[in-house]
Amino acid sequence: MQRIGVFVCWCGSNIAGTVDVHAVAEALKNESGVVFSTDYQYMCSQAGQDIIKNAIAEHKLTGIVVCSCSPRMHEATFRKTAAAAGLNPYMVEIANIREQCSWVHKDMLSGTEKAVILGRAAIAKVHLNAPLIPGQSPVAKRALVIGGGIAGIQTALDIADAGFPVDIVETKPTIGGKMAQLDKTFPTLDCAACILTPKMVDAAQNELIKIYSYSEVSQVSGYVGNFDVTIKRRARFVKEDLCTGCGLCTEKCPQKKVPNEFNLGMDTRRAIYIPFAQAVPKVATIDPDYCTMLKTGKCGICSKVCTAGAIDYTAKDEFITEKYGAIVVATGYNPISMEKFDEFAYSQSKDVITSLEFERLTNAAGPTAGKLLRPSDGEHPHKIVFVQCVGSRCDSCAEKGKEYCSKICCMYTAKHAMLTRDKYPDTEVYVFYIDVRTPGKAFDEFYRRAVEEYGVHYVKGMVGKVVPQGKKLMVQASDLIDGKQLHIDADLVVLAAAIEPDKSARPLATMLTASMDTNDFFTEAHPKLRPVESPTAGVFLSGACQGPKDIPETVSQASAAAAKVIGLLCKDHLTGNPCVASANEMLCSGCSQCANVCPYGAITYSEKEFRMPNRTTLMRRVASVNPAVCQGCGACTVACPSGAMDLNGFKNNQIMAEVDAICRN
Amino acid sequence: MTNEQLKQEILRISNVNVTKCMKCGKCTASCPAYDEMEYHPHQFVSMVNNGDIQPLLNSDSIYRCLSCFACMERCPRGVEPAKLVEAVRLMAVRKQGANRMKAEDVPCMLDENTPGQLLVSAFRKYSK
Repeated sequence: MQRIGVFVCWCGSNIAGTVDVHAVAEALKNESGVVFSTDYQYMCSQAGQDIIKNAIAEHKLTGIVVCSCSPRMHEATFRKTAAAAGLNPYMVEIANIREQCSWVHKDMLSGTEKAVILGRAAIAKVHLNAPLIPGQSPVAKRALVIGGGIAGIQTALDIADAGFPVDIVETKPTIGGKMAQLDKTFPTLDCAACILTPKMVDAAQNELIKIYSYSEVSQVSGYVGNFDVTIKRRARFVKEDLCTGCGLCTEKCPQKKVPNEFNLGMDTRRAIYIPFAQAVPKVATIDPDYCTMLKTGKCGICSKVCTAGAIDYTAKDEFITEKYGAIVVATGYNPISMEKFDEFAYSQSKDVITSLEFERLTNAAGPTAGKLLRPSDGEHPHKIVFVQCVGSRCDSCAEKGKEYCSKICCMYTAKHAMLTRDKYPDTEVYVFYIDVRTPGKAFDEFYRRAVEEYGVHYVKGMVGKVVPQGKKLMVQASDLIDGKQLHIDADLVVLAAAIEPDKSARPLATMLTASMDTNDFFTEAHPKLRPVESPTAGVFLSGACQGPKDIPETVSQASAAAAKVIGLLCKDHLTGNPCVASANEMLCSGCSQCANVCPYGAITYSEKEFRMPNRTTLMRRVASVNPAVCQGCGACTVACPSGAMDLNGFKNNQIMAEVDAICRN
Repeated sequence: MTNEQLKQEILRISNVNVTKCMKCGKCTASCPAYDEMEYHPHQFVSMVNNGDIQPLLNSDSIYRCLSCFACMERCPRGVEPAKLVEAVRLMAVRKQGANRMKAEDVPCMLDENTPGQLLVSAFRKYSK
């Protein structure tokens, strides 16, 4: 028989306002096994914890029930308290009489009644609790960063700086991400490449950082501290260790008509290419979709001109497997497709472009060498219309666009407008906005400068439609302040397209068992207090994969994620959670249902010999759980048809005892 | 009817949620009948929200709307201003004697290029 202590918390007036805490403590005194019951204003405070410690010593308690807030909040606190008083921490049960009771009830009488019932259920459970001892697992002292944009690069640099090896996996042939495509950065207008490329070089030269470019994660197993990750290294048909990046092959390749994705298809590249001059690693890649040699076997010019002998047409995809202690997701974002917004004529005119395309048009390394020219005829545009919020802030039932604000568009549009007016004062610039959102250091000042010093026309209203007419784009828009409908004959229309998570994020989240929101942004463990951790232990978030972010925010979050990873990798061992599943082999029928529902792959099957009557034996297939991989979700215990699966700390008989206690009058 | 009652009646007829509007003006920017109208699509949304139905009822704007539904199609928030115009129009024509023309007058105004949608709206617009 357990000796149980009950501690009812007021939580100030949070609980005591709708629950008669004295009455609850009194009522629970009469439950079998309860030898001590009291209430206190703040059970989680030092004084409250001392009441628990003293009661454990004085009344020789073997189990305690704390009627307080959600176990998510203070279960760990009270477990520590119990452990400090010499009680096994798993002999503590929490009855949630705040979130599940006082906060949802308005009436004192029914609130109190429900609190007593919840307390009774917890007491019934403690009767069946057994001391549990958590296992320990070692930590692989290497981190994996998925995505090689500014977020991934910064995270990797910071982790390496603390002395831990890091691998970056990047799907593109080079690291650098979106930031490498940008021209200037707001609000200071430093050149993106000038501040990014040194970091790319730092990453490449750091002995602790290994870059797997043109690669992707294809399989993840294991758990925090012990992830096994398979990385697919796509065949680039060029030996990375031999290629010197001289670029001769990219000049001689006869296949010239390949759309250049780095310039968003606004110019062409060869079938063998280096994305841009500062690429890291600076190694050529053959595009198998366009290479004549790979498609027909007739060409081989790049191989002939390569003095390093780096070309290898027979290369195959390779798979490597590595052990990691922590994984950082930094998969970034993309602008959405403009398909559903054809009122802006994106598909009808080359002179309707997205803001990222505008970035390339003004970039010195872009298709026009930095001269702002119309994509259709190469002429200088004299009237430019910028449209904000294209696909952002849409209603969910409108079925196009995104519900959220993409956050970065107001600022980059102000930057584009300002830089255009600065470089080409003969150009008229209109910005159509719904709201101008500039929360950030020196952001609003920047936007005001665009209006006041550079004479950008900011118009409150939206563009209704764009109609190509001859060489012009007829823009029909509303000016809500003047109460006018405007008709502008523009030369160029720039759409601030909403941003969305990279398409690789969803399958990656499945592999990592990390959770996502409805927009496919990774969710954080706590939106305020744990913003860089995924709820899945050992998985961390960096940059725009978690939500729209500008560069300063991305870099801050990248460093924060690195700090969390370093904190994890510093540990030699991790203490596991003892509340894991286990199979009763005598009851297990080997049906595999538990293994099918296990989201963590923690259950395996093996043939085992069992003794039978008359000295015979029987081979049977039975389940076993890897306690280090099991997260204690309990899916197997409900799936098991024979009741062989049970979860420590939440055993089937404990759950039934709780239900019985609730149903008892 | 009080302003609030008029507003509730319009909301009932149209089934539009005016609070979803973020005042971007894309409806008005899309409107091909802009120059003909005294009150424009975004004003219908805002005025209905404020209970200012009477000026809308008295305005010619409700008969100038082409029922092309461009405002509904392009609204990023799914507010559907054309349904509000339609609702105010219905409220006006449902009053005895407020019909602008007889139903039998409509067909002779049409030719083979007239979209079917317009035909349906024309009947709604000009008769009970």
